[in-house]
Amino acid sequence: MKFINYLESITGIGIYPLIGFVMFFVFFLLVTILAFKADKKHILELSEIPLDINEKK
Amino acid sequence: MQIEKFQYDNKIVKQFAYATMLWGIVGMLVGLIAALQLVWPIFNFELPYTTFGRLRPIHTNAVIFAFVGNGIFMGVYYSLQRLLKARMFSDLLSKIHFWGWQLIIVLAAVTLALGKTTGKEYAELEWPIDILITLIWVVFGWNMFGTIIRRRERHLYVAIWFYIATFVTVALLHIVNSIEIPVSFWKSYSWYAGVQDALVQWWYGHNAVAFFLTTPYLGLMYYYLPKAVNRPVYSYRLSIIHFWALIFLYIWAGPHHLLYTALPDWAQSLGVVFSVMLIAPSWGGMINGLLTLRGAWDKVRDDVVLKFFVVAVTAYGMATFEGPLLSIKSINAISHFTDWTVAHVHVGALGWNGFLTFGVLYWLIPRMFNTKLYSTKLANMHFWIGTLGIILYAVPMYFAGIMQSLMWKEFTPEGQLKWQFLDTVTKMLPFYAARAVGGALFLVGALIMCYNLIKTVKIGNFTANEDAEAAALTPTYTAHSGDHWHRWIERKPIQMLIVSLVVVIIGGAIELIPTFLIQSNIPTISTVKPYTPLELQGRDIYVREGCYTCHSQMIRPFRSETARYGEYSKAGEFIYDHPFQWGSKRTGPDLARQGGKYPDSWHYNHMAEPGSMSPGSIMPSYPWLLEDQIDLSSTVAKIKAMQRLGVPYPEGYDKIAPADMQKQAEGIAANLKKDGIDTPADMEIIALIAYIQRLGKDIKSAPKEEISKLTN
Repeated sequence: MKFINYLESITGIGIYPLIGFVMFFVFFLLVTILAFKADKKHILELSEIPLDINEKK
Repeated sequence: MQIEKFQYDNKIVKQFAYATMLWGIVGMLVGLIAALQLVWPIFNFELPYTTFGRLRPIHTNAVIFAFVGNGIFMGVYYSLQRLLKARMFSDLLSKIHFWGWQLIIVLAAVTLALGKTTGKEYAELEWPIDILITLIWVVFGWNMFGTIIRRRERHLYVAIWFYIATFVTVALLHIVNSIEIPVSFWKSYSWYAGVQDALVQWWYGHNAVAFFLTTPYLGLMYYYLPKAVNRPVYSYRLSIIHFWALIFLYIWAGPHHLLYTALPDWAQSLGVVFSVMLIAPSWGGMINGLLTLRGAWDKVRDDVVLKFFVVAVTAYGMATFEGPLLSIKSINAISHFTDWTVAHVHVGALGWNGFLTFGVLYWLIPRMFNTKLYSTKLANMHFWIGTLGIILYAVPMYFAGIMQSLMWKEFTPEGQLKWQFLDTVTKMLPFYAARAVGGALFLVGALIMCYNLIKTVKIGNFTANEDAEAAALTPTYTAHSGDHWHRWIERKPIQMLIVSLVVVIIGGAIELIPTFLIQSNIPTISTVKPYTPLELQGRDIYVREGCYTCHSQMIRPFRSETARYGEYSKAGEFIYDHPFQWGSKRTGPDLARQGGKYPDSWHYNHMAEPGSMSPGSIMPSYPWLLEDQIDLSSTVAKIKAMQRLGVPYPEGYDKIAPADMQKQAEGIAANLKKDGIDTPADMEIIALIAYIQRLGKDIKSAPKEEISKLTN
C-alpha cells in the first residue's frame, strides 16, 4: 500500500518540462492550423446554433 | 424531413435557479461572518461550530459547490436542451441529480460545522460524502450524454464541449484527490503523504478552479452572451482554439500553488511555464466574449443582463491576467500566504462567477415565466451595488496583502526583523473591515436580486414544459469530401469525451507520476519519525479545527522566513503527514518549527484565550479543548490505518499505543501542573499541545551533514 518510491530514480528529469512544452506547442499548432483551414460556411452555421437562425432560413 | 414535436423541461431549470439564489445568499452570508471574525474575534461566538477554522471551509464549499454548482446545472440544463433540440434524457435522473446535489450541500454544511473534515482545501468533505458526490456526478453525466445521444442537432456547439470537458475532468480530479483510508464513518486519512499529498491536492485545487469555476462558465458565456445580444459569437474558430488550448494547459499549472515550497524544483518550473502560457487561451476566451458585443455596445446601456455579462467577462480577463503573474516565482514570493491571493480569487468568484450567474438569472427567470423583469431599476441598482462591492472588496485586500508581505520581509539596519508577526496582523484590521463592507454590499445586491426575481415569479406565468419542434436527425450522415477534421469530434460526443480526457490526463500524468516514482524527489531524513499516538490525536484535532486555514507549516527559503521561523522546510519532513498541512494563507504565523518554542502552559493559556498571551491577537478562543476528552477509542484504528498507509510503526504497535499515549499525556499534565495549571491528562488540549510541541523538532536533531546535503 505504500505509495512512494517504487523506482529508485529516473535520469534526466529536467527534460520533463521541455517535453511538456513541445507536446503542447505541436498540439496548439495543429489545432490552430486546422481551425483556420475550416470551411467558412460550416463555421458560420455552427456559430449560429444557439440563435435558432437555421429554422428561419 | 419529419418534424418532431417535443417539450423542453423548464421545471428542473427553475429548481436549480432557486437553489442557486438560496445557496448564493447562504454562502455569501457565511463569508461575511468570516470576514467580520477577522476584525472582531467575538464573532466566533466561542462555539466550536462557528469558529473561523470551520466557517471558512463552509464558506468556500457553499460558494463553489452550492452557489456556482447549482448555477452551472441551471445554465447547463436550460442551454443543453435548446442546443441539442431535445428534452433532457430522463426527468427522473434530473430529479435525482437535483435532490442529490442539495443533500450533498446540506450534509457538507452540517459535517463541516461539526469538524468532520479531511483537511484538504476545497476537498474537505469526508469519504461518505465523496462517494455520494461521485454517484450524483455520474447521474449528471448520464443525463447529459443521454440527451446528447437523443439530440436533433447534428453538431455539438462549443458550449457543449465545455460541459463535456467539465464533466470528465471534475470526475477525474475528484476521484484522484479523494483517495483516502477510512478510519471510521466520519474520519479518514489521505492516501498520499506530505509532498505528494500537496502536489495532488493543488493539482486538484487549481483544476477545481479551472474545471468547476471556469470551463462550465465559459460554456455558459458561449451560449447566454450570444443569446442576450442576439448575434453569434465573435469568432467560432477562436473558440475551437480557445477550448483545446485551455483544457490542455490548465491541468499542468497546479504546482504554481507550491512555489518555493519543498516541492521538487522541476515540478515548480513546469507549473510556472504552463501558468504563464495560460494567459493566451484565457484572453482568447475573454476577447471572444467581449468582441461578440462589437457594434452592439449601445445595447449594453439598456440591457442590465449585458451589463452583468460585460463586467463578468472583464473580471475573468483581469483574474486570468493576474493568475499567470502570480505564478511567476518572484511575484509569488510576495503574494503567497497573503491577502493578495484572497483578492485575486474574489475578483474571479464575485466578478466572473457571481456576475455571470446574476446575468443568467435575470435573463432566464422572466423568459421561463413569460413576463418582463419586475423592476429594471432594482436590477440596475444591484449591478452598481455589486460592482462597488467587488471594488471595495478587492482593493483593500490588494493593499493589505502587499503591505503585510513587505512588513514580513522588512529588516532593520542592524539586520533584525523589523516587525513582530502580530504587528503585521493588527495593521491589517482596517483593511479587513473595509473588505467586510465590500462583501456586505455584494450580499445586499444579491438580496435585491432575489426580491426582484421573486416579484417577477409572482407576476409571471410559468411554463413547466415548453413546446418545441425540430426535424429528426437522419440516421446516416454522408461526409462531404474534404471534410473538416473537427467535425469528426464535434458530431460524436463520446470521441469528444475521450479526446478531452486524454488531453487532461497527459498533463496530470507528467506532473504527478515522477514525484511518486522517484526517491531522489523526496530525500528522507533519518531523524524524522512517525507521530506518537498522542501527537496523532492532537494532529487530528488540529485538522478538525481547521488551523490550516490561518497557519502554514511551510517555511520558504527566504532570509526573512528563516530569520523569523527557523530552517526552511524540507520535503523529507512531511513523509508521515496524512494529510499534509502546509496551508495556503498566513493570517497567523507559520507553525512548522513551533515545537519547543514556548512552554506547554503558554499553549494552554493561548488556546483558552489567545489575547492573554498575544495581546491584540485575532485568533478565536478554543475553550472546549480544555473541557472535552480525547476520543481514546479511536487510537487503535488510527494507528492501524497509518500502518496500512506505510507509516513504519512496529508490528503490533496498535496494542501498545493507548498505554504510550497515556504516559505522554501524563507527562504534559505534570508539566502544566508545575506552572499552576491543573488539568486531567485525557483532555483534547493535551493532545494538541503534544502535536504542536512536536512540530519541526525531528529535523533539529538530524546530523548537520545530513541537513547541509539537503540544502545544496
